[in-house]
Amino acid sequence: MQRGNGYTIGFALAVCMVCSIFVSGAAVALKDRQDANRVLDRQKKVLLVAGLMAAGDKLPAEEIQKIYSERIAPKAIVMETGKPADASVDPYTFDMLKAAKDPALSEELPENEAKIRRMPEHGVIYEVKNAAGKAEMTILPIQGPGLWSTLYGYIALGTDRETIKGLIFYQHGETPGLGGEIDNPSWIAKWAGRKAFDRNGAVAIKVIKGAAGTPTADPHSVDGLSGATITGNGVTRTVQFWLGSEGFGPYLGKGS
Amino acid sequence: MSAQPGILSKQQRSALIDPLFNNNPIALQVLGVCSALAVTTKMETALVMSVALTVVLIGSNVAVSLIRNHIPPAIRIVVQLTIIASLVIITDEVLKAFLFDISKQLSVFVGLIITNCIVMGRAEAYAMQNGPVMSFYDAVGNGLGYSLILLVVAFFRELVGSGKLFGVQLLPLVTEGGWYTPNGLMVLAPGAFFLIGFFIWGLRSFKPDQIEAY
Repeated sequence: MQRGNGYTIGFALAVCMVCSIFVSGAAVALKDRQDANRVLDRQKKVLLVAGLMAAGDKLPAEEIQKIYSERIAPKAIVMETGKPADASVDPYTFDMLKAAKDPALSEELPENEAKIRRMPEHGVIYEVKNAAGKAEMTILPIQGPGLWSTLYGYIALGTDRETIKGLIFYQHGETPGLGGEIDNPSWIAKWAGRKAFDRNGAVAIKVIKGAAGTPTADPHSVDGLSGATITGNGVTRTVQFWLGSEGFGPYLGKGS
Repeated sequence: MSAQPGILSKQQRSALIDPLFNNNPIALQVLGVCSALAVTTKMETALVMSVALTVVLIGSNVAVSLIRNHIPPAIRIVVQLTIIASLVIITDEVLKAFLFDISKQLSVFVGLIITNCIVMGRAEAYAMQNGPVMSFYDAVGNGLGYSLILLVVAFFRELVGSGKLFGVQLLPLVTEGGWYTPNGLMVLAPGAFFLIGFFIWGLRSFKPDQIEAY
């Protein structure tokens, strides 16, 4: 049967209408759930790096939220001075990564090793309290380039703001089995107890080639991952940048 | 027609069973290999991917089949793609809402079902010519054929590559004080190439009529 152009265009429009109704319907109906998932995922990673939850644990959402609200206190700070931000920045909803893309909320950086182009005016850090309510750790968000992808993670420092308590990357696209081993709990465990800064207050922690000594004998080095030199260097650059003067240095009171 | 045992007609049964071994979309038609390489390092992701693809395939086959007599021939591929793309986006949204961790691991590969040759291929080759019921069976069959290969490949990749199945450590690793040294090849894409190659080889030795003429 021969049909005209009008029919063809009408048919295409009708198909598009029906499909778009379904797609937008699904997107709108599921948005709240997805947002809740994203928030929960981030809270989970914070608990992981704080050691309040083990990597294999499958805790129900309520349990994660409960531990998070009891033990973790997000704080907004001004990146340049390290001072607390004013009340206009809500630490619970402020998104550093989004702010870094907004010219009104961020500043361009000079070229740097971690290839961070813009730094948001404000940052959010997480204070971890122990069961008695006393501060025992500070968690800082970090991100930087690996081999294929940007590594997004958190680093936890002790109350001396110097001893590393933990490190985790919650999102990356490194080669599974090689660079992807930055997820390996036994490698992550090697960071705990090492010192981020040397005696002069400069960032000293780095991933080396081969095996490092014990945290007491060799406090500034972490074992390299075999077959993942570039990812390891990326981790070094990322951590050094964010602990340094352009990152959280002012807040930590180090690096000048 | 009366001598058929069971609830399915012979035609329906063959639409369902043929794609498993006789006409497997990956092993014989060699379609959809890209996702078979990418998501098969773990059983869990392979299973979710299989289910996602089967659901999209059923939806697109039935939808295309229902309107097959009304689609203007000049824009039929575009119409098929629009339907498939919509189904894929909906599937992705559902995964993000209900299986967030797995959807993060599958990342772009759910979205890439849009370009998966199996879905397009079945819509164009089968659903455009057959009724919705037969298209449904064809979709389920092809979905299962795809899932079969994905799960077999993932089984070996996860077991040999990381000593686990569904994330449960079965072979204790040397790095964690056990005896098993994982085979790194298996977690990389070439491992899946070899496995699919062996699978096709095995299938064609068993069924020599699948060997293509030189």
